[in-house]
Amino acid sequence: MATRLKETDVVIVGLGAVGGVAALPLTQAGLDVVGLEAGAWLTKRDFAPDELRNNYRGWPQSAQKANQEIPTHRATASSAPLPRLAIHPMMNAVGGTSLHYWAQSWRLNPWDFKVVSETTRRYGSSRIPGGSTVEDWPFGYEELEPYYDKVEVEVGVSGAAGNVNGTIDRRGNVFEAPRRREFPMPPLRGTGFTDLMAAAARTLGWHPFPGPAAINSRLYQSRAACMYHGFCNRGGCHVDAKGSTAVTTIPKAQATGRLKVVTRAHVTNVDVDGDGRATGVTYLVDGAEFQQPARVVLIASYTYENVRLLLLSKSKPYPNGLSNNHGQVGKHYFSHNQTAGVSALFPWNTNSWYGLPAQGTAVDDWADDNFDHAGVDFIGGGNLWVYSDRRPIAAASTSTFGRTAKSWGSEWKAFITDNADRTNTSYLQKTTLPYEANYLDLDPVVKDPLGFNVCRITAEYKENERKIAAFIQDKMEQWYRAAGAIAVERAPVGPMGPSTHAYGGTRMGDDPATNVVDRWGFSHEAPNLGVLGASVMGTSGARNPTLTAQALAWRTAEHLAKSFNAIARRRT
Amino acid sequence: MMLKLISRRELLKRAGVIGAAAVVPAGARHPPHGDVAFAPPQAAPAREPLEHLTATESDVLEAIVERLIPSDAHGPGAKEARAARYIDRALGGALASSRPLYAAGLAAVEQAAQSSRGKAFKDLRPDEQDEILSSFEAGTVQGVAGAAAFFALVRAHTLQGTFCDPYYGGNAGFVGWELIGYPGVRTLVTPDDQRLGADVPFNHKSAYDYEMFTKTIASAAPLGAMTHGD
Repeated sequence: MATRLKETDVVIVGLGAVGGVAALPLTQAGLDVVGLEAGAWLTKRDFAPDELRNNYRGWPQSAQKANQEIPTHRATASSAPLPRLAIHPMMNAVGGTSLHYWAQSWRLNPWDFKVVSETTRRYGSSRIPGGSTVEDWPFGYEELEPYYDKVEVEVGVSGAAGNVNGTIDRRGNVFEAPRRREFPMPPLRGTGFTDLMAAAARTLGWHPFPGPAAINSRLYQSRAACMYHGFCNRGGCHVDAKGSTAVTTIPKAQATGRLKVVTRAHVTNVDVDGDGRATGVTYLVDGAEFQQPARVVLIASYTYENVRLLLLSKSKPYPNGLSNNHGQVGKHYFSHNQTAGVSALFPWNTNSWYGLPAQGTAVDDWADDNFDHAGVDFIGGGNLWVYSDRRPIAAASTSTFGRTAKSWGSEWKAFITDNADRTNTSYLQKTTLPYEANYLDLDPVVKDPLGFNVCRITAEYKENERKIAAFIQDKMEQWYRAAGAIAVERAPVGPMGPSTHAYGGTRMGDDPATNVVDRWGFSHEAPNLGVLGASVMGTSGARNPTLTAQALAWRTAEHLAKSFNAIARRRT
Repeated sequence: MMLKLISRRELLKRAGVIGAAAVVPAGARHPPHGDVAFAPPQAAPAREPLEHLTATESDVLEAIVERLIPSDAHGPGAKEARAARYIDRALGGALASSRPLYAAGLAAVEQAAQSSRGKAFKDLRPDEQDEILSSFEAGTVQGVAGAAAFFALVRAHTLQGTFCDPYYGGNAGFVGWELIGYPGVRTLVTPDDQRLGADVPFNHKSAYDYEMFTKTIASAAPLGAMTHGD
């Protein structure tokens, strides 16, 4: 029998990158918020600079709720399941994966909001790939700009502006959309190697710039500047320089006195009344069951868990899962095409032992619609990123670029002794579209220890994504060669399995027939149910999703605060 | 291990007074290449228990890791790094799920040595050991299912044991990090440290030489209490 708790204005399921942001405008507007988080509080002391622990043993991702419910994956509806990941790509904790993410904090390009109309206008409607379910967003970049700005200030984003109110600054990204002001902090510094890569890009006529990051480049809001210690990749920050919501928006929301944080809370159901309105959520803490009544429910777990929780929350008004009477939950799913990487070998040490994945040089010349696609047979493109991030086990595990017969023994050892610091691997994020054949649902067989079916991914990269991958690999090789690389290797496209960049499944749009949530992020079917996270995004762009998901979360929360009485279920 | 770590910390503290040269020998910045043979560790390995492997398994594993990353003119290898000790320990913890694979795989390696050469694997010549390991890597060894996967597993764990933080019992004396030129764990890195051609000295520091990441701070220092709950 569940213990029924006192009703709250808003309950947020998941206090990670997006739930942690939404809590701030809600509590500042005077609403009482309960934040349910499956993980615990972690502190600076938890984030040891330890490669084995962070990158091989999956700490702090290990021993998490998420690891009990790793999605399964198959390429198509008729293909066999692929091997399941051992560790979930995301983690549970207050702050969620924003504790250990790379913190690259990009705004989308305006084209990403208008893929269908802009492609049609410039190249004709025949250029929309067959089988794709892509739609324009219900609004454009300018609608989201104020919220990008708010989040950049609250979590603290460093970067070099390339376009302030239409004035182009070549120190930043000349392709970016207008922003209302400079970044809150200057960009992270470059390294000898990333500066050299920037110079090489300029010799090609490209426009390199330092990328934006939710990492302090100087003291910011009483948090220290980055120490560049080299363990940021799947590691938390030992000085709180990373703008995780655990050290930014969540403490600010707590300071209002209106945010109650409940840790180790495992939400099992979103409860509804006979009219199909959400009444709250049911959750477990160490086996004890609680019912948290709320006038508004916001689900803010990761894409896979948002979709899964809706599909598991079956009721009389929603026999196929909450907000799924149009059959759209799980549809329009895609994960970012970040595979098909390119690596290079240089004839000198790059001195990349320290730094962080957000410390680097970006090239946006081949992203989105920043170049003329008349002569190519795909739409979209990729962002090229080189950065300073190397740790010893990974360095010793490097490819030998075909220069040794074996990957062990004296010859191999001589290679890594000489070359451990002479390689670089780029990060290539590429436009990915939703397709009819790519979707999420519940795995009919695989369950978590509580007996609930896990999420199942049915997805593979399609022709457009493969063509972009090959095109971008050519560009990346050209860049490495211009910088003096003596060998270049390309990785395959690979499977489209569980990802840290997972989109769709609860897509946002005006048409309830093809979208789960409306333009404000609220369900077309259950009006007091909101959805936060990249699961509402209908396109990926060519850059990390977190800042966009956070800006959308702020916008949804602000809309809720302004229209609370219209959206909320009446007080019980 | 705990005792060893404490003594290392004490050693480093003392080094702060009497000078870094006491800890970092002159010329240790770059491992010798080709022309100079490395000096074997001065002290014999301390007595170490067989924590999870049997004595025979341990002998086979020690011999395998020594062939994967050999001691040679390029410097010490997995043996000096105590990669096998790392694996033996981890098989009771983070790598416990691999314990049955090690039981089967090490027995298969030993069996291959006995059947092809009539000797224990550890007593074969290096080229004979390499021949057996190559057959495992290629998956061509007769009658052993999963030989290639076992080889890949041991190789991955040997890399971990040679290049991990020394806290875990491998990378003893930081030999793995010196081998590939990793200058050590720092909690603050300067712009100069990230220049091309910078000569960042080896500092011989484990993550756990920094007190803030250890349990010891909990009772005393304010750093641990200074968290975002404030």
